[in-house]
Parts: sequence; structure tokens; C-alpha cells
Amino acid sequence: MLLSPALAISAVLFTLGVAGVLLRRNAIVIFMCVELMLNAVNLTFVALAQSLGLGGQVFVFFVMAVAAAEAAVGLAIILAVYRHKQSVSLQNMNLLKDG
Amino acid sequence: MNLNPAIPRDLLLSLLPELVLTGWALVLLLFVAWRHRTVWDLRIAGWLTLLALVSTAVAIWWLWWNRAGVRGVVSMIAADDFRWVADWVFVGAAALTVLISFTYLERERLLAPEYHVLLLLGTLGMMLMAAGADLIVIFLALELMSVAVYVLAGFDRRRARSAEAALKYFLLGAFASGFLLYGIALVYGATGTTNLVLIGARLSIAMRASAMLLAGLALLIVGFGFKIAAVPFHMWAPDVYDGAPTPVTAFMATGVKAAAFAALFRVMYQAFAAVPAWHDIMWWLAVITMIGGNLFALGQRSLKRMLAYSSVAHAGYLLVAVTAGGVAGTSAFLVYIVAYTLMSLGAFAVLIAKGRAGESDVTIDDLSGLAARRPWLAFALAVCMLSLLGFPGTAGFIGKWYILIAATSAGQNTLAAILVLTSVVSAGYYLPVIMAMYMKPEPIEAAHVDVCLDRWGRAAVAAVVVGLLLFGVWPNRLFDLARAAGDSVHAGGTTTAAP
Repeated sequence: MLLSPALAISAVLFTLGVAGVLLRRNAIVIFMCVELMLNAVNLTFVALAQSLGLGGQVFVFFVMAVAAAEAAVGLAIILAVYRHKQSVSLQNMNLLKDG
Repeated sequence: MNLNPAIPRDLLLSLLPELVLTGWALVLLLFVAWRHRTVWDLRIAGWLTLLALVSTAVAIWWLWWNRAGVRGVVSMIAADDFRWVADWVFVGAAALTVLISFTYLERERLLAPEYHVLLLLGTLGMMLMAAGADLIVIFLALELMSVAVYVLAGFDRRRARSAEAALKYFLLGAFASGFLLYGIALVYGATGTTNLVLIGARLSIAMRASAMLLAGLALLIVGFGFKIAAVPFHMWAPDVYDGAPTPVTAFMATGVKAAAFAALFRVMYQAFAAVPAWHDIMWWLAVITMIGGNLFALGQRSLKRMLAYSSVAHAGYLLVAVTAGGVAGTSAFLVYIVAYTLMSLGAFAVLIAKGRAGESDVTIDDLSGLAARRPWLAFALAVCMLSLLGFPGTAGFIGKWYILIAATSAGQNTLAAILVLTSVVSAGYYLPVIMAMYMKPEPIEAAHVDVCLDRWGRAAVAAVVVGLLLFGVWPNRLFDLARAAGDSVHAGGTTTAAP
């Protein structure tokens, strides 16, 4: 039974993605970490589909399509920001703050 | 009219409003590809958008009138009164947003009619979220809505603030989607299905919840917490609301929040009614959201930021309705979300009339003496502020009162007390707006000369004020509608009151 190792690996990958989002400051790297999270979930779905039937595998296709749409919009937004600041580091995102 | 989703005709009928809206969105997209240069193209696109929303509302009304419902069959799409009422809120919020956008887009030189297409697609995502009876549908609908709103938040891309807001919204929104999705995956693993009703049925016969299920549930709550901007997950909200173009902020604060709450209600009460663990989490979320949102709002100078934090605080009040649960909690949520949508959109509409270039620099003192120069506009803002505060005679009071009844009848007296106390605190930032308008003189001569709304904006503000005062003194019809909708969500499911 390969289920538990696959679930463990996807949990580790997901945690790595979360840690990356929280620790890194570059918008593109953060975006890549979000993609890592989504793909870790895909791995979970595929692993579960072994015992639970096709539903999980179908879900993976939906997630891939959504991730592609998010990438298209997200990279366009990052580009728009880069044109203003010549940087994609979140340290330079300081226009909006309390006060 | 009982619909059986296994029959294609019935399936299409149950999706009629969404299909109408999709058709309109595609037609508008074609139109925009053809005409997208002049002010008139923008105006025609806006009118077409209004037409689209009206025909969608008619389709919803038709289904509601014929009592269309999917009963006794497991389906990915729910058709019940809860969905129709929530749909009306989304369509209404979108229509008011279009009305206040006309003047804004032309003034800020945002001559891109794609704005309206994105607005329609975002509304479509909201409607599907309220309709989803399956976690797949809810996830796809959430993404449809979110991706459209990411673009809208950065629509004024020539301003750095708008681009920055879009980036923050996108990164945190995608992050939250990751949590939500992992939660869905774990719930799927623990129960073997993604259908809400089937999950509910399987959990009600299970002896005890597995660790996988609890982890999935916690991740789902984190994902929803980001979307509704509950307090530990709210840090994106003030920045994004501040930087986005103001009509988009109004749309996000009302429609997006309402849709996330509608999906939250359905997921929690149709799938996880048998798992009591989430009630405690919701209780704490509600408490810290009410306290945190109101305290942060007290410290804001910018009116737009103050409204952003106030929307966080209102998410806390709505979470009280979620915690209270049952038919009373669900109908209280619907009554409150109608009132909240109206008063919040009205406040943003007046802000659009006063502000320029993103409105982030309008402070409360800038409104000094507005009542003398623009009495009707000041009156409208005063009504919205009193309603947000929960003053008797306005819809906001009725909504809060109904949430309080739901909370106390579910035994949540502490929560009800905190709601009342934090509402008192909120007077500390709502009332200064009214005092500035009515009791202070104009800071400089002719400070409010350029304050104006076009006739569409005025129609929107008038509709808001009439709605707030009407529901404030005669809420009976709204109550009946909300109660029927609350019943429909819990019918057949294992309804439990909060512990």
C-alpha cells in the first residue's frame, strides 16, 4: 500500500510551499511556492484516487486549469507592479499601510 | 417544480440564471473586442451590463416563483431559496457597482470596457458559489470570482497603489486557495466524496471524526477565513481595499464577502453539521474579528481605510450568525448581508463623489461642512453611517437585532454581549463622520464645489437610502424571504444548534 508515503510526501511539499510563501520576499518566488502548494494537493488527490475512485483524478485536471489561469493573471499583475517599481520584492511594496 | 439533475433539460433549468449571465458576459466580451476606444463604448458596455444583470435577476425570480428545487436527489448544484436570495444580493451589489462606476471610470480615465466583463464574470463566480453543493463546484466558482476580482483590483494599473493592491490580493488570495484546496483534498480522503450532502450523511453515521477530517476542516476554515477577512487572516484586506479603485472596493467588500459567507454556510451546515469541533473555532474567530476590526478602525484617518476595517468588523458580526447556526442564524445572515451590502455600497458611493485619484487621501476632516453644501449627499452618508452603526430605524439595526436573537436563542450570550459592546465602540469612528458633515464649518471656501455624482450614481445612492430606511421600519417581507431561505438550507440535513 503506497497511500501513506504519497500522502506524507504531499504534506511535506505543501508545508514547504507554505514556508516559502511566508519566508521569501520575491513575488515570483512566492508565486512559485503557491504553485508548489497546489501541486502538492494534486499529488494528494491522485494518491487518494487509487482507493476512492476517479473523482480525485478529475479534480486534478480542474486544479491544473485553475492554476494556469492564476498564473496568467498573476504574472500580468507582477509585470504591472514591476513597471512602477523596477522591482518585484515585497520589501518595496510600501505604498499601502496603516496610518 | 422539482428538478432532476440527471435529466439534461432540468439540469439546464437549474442553472438558468448562470447560463443567462454567461451568455451576456460572452456577448459583452465580443462587443468589447469590437468597440473599446471611446467614452461611449464604455457607457454602452455599462448599459449592456445593467441589462444583463436585470435579465439574470428575472431568471432567478422565475425559478424562485415556480419554487424550483432539487429535492431528494444528490446533485452538484443546489437549487433552494437560500441560493435565490443570495443570488439577488450578488446581482444587486453588481448592479449598484455598475451604477457608481460610470462617473468613476470616466473621471479617472479608465476607458476600458473590459471592466464590465470582469464584473459580470465575478458575479457569475459568486452565484455559482452560492449554488455549489459539491466542493469541486465551490472551488471552481471561488476561483472564477477571485481571478476576475484580482484583475479588477489592479484595474487602474497606471497608479502604483492599484498595482500594489492587486499584487497583495493575488498572492494572499492564491495562498488561501491553496489552503482551501488542501482542506478539500483531506475531506475527500476522509469521506470518499466531495458532495456536501453525501459528506454530511457519511459523517452523521461515523462514530468519531478522524484526524484527517479534522485537519481538512481546519484548512477549509483557514481558506474561508482569508476570503471573508476574519481577523487573524485579515491583513490583506485594508491594503487591498485601500489601493483598489473605489467601485471595485465596494464590490469586494459586499459581493465577494457575501459569496464567501454563503458558501461557508452551505459547507458548514450541509456537510459538517455532525462535527461539533468547528463551532468553537468559529466562536473565537467571531470574537477576535469583532474586537480586532473595530479597534483597528478606530485608529484610521483615511475614510477608505476606515471603511475597509469596518468591513472586517462586519465580517465578525456575520460570523456570530454562522456560530449561532440553525434556521435563525442562516436567516439572520441573509437579512444582515442585504443591509450590509446596501449601507456599505452607499458609503463608498459618497466617497467616490468626494474623492479624486483613488480616494485614499480623503480623511474624515475633509468632509467638514458637506451638509451645508450638499445636503442630500450628506444625508445619504449619514443614513449609511447610522445603519453601519446599527441605529434603530435603519436596516443595520434590524440586521444586528436579528443576529442577536439568533445568538441568544442558540445559547451564545457571551457572543451577543461582545457584539453589542463592539457596536458601541464602532460609534467612535462612525459618528465623527456625521459630526464633521453637520457640525463643522467648511475648512476653506468652496471646499466641496467639485463634489458631484452623475445621475446614475445619484440613482444608486437614492436606492440605497430608500432600501435602508424601508427595511429599517418594515422588514417583514425580507424576514419572510430570509426565513424560507434558512429553512431550505437545513431541510433534510441534520440540523444542530450550536453547543
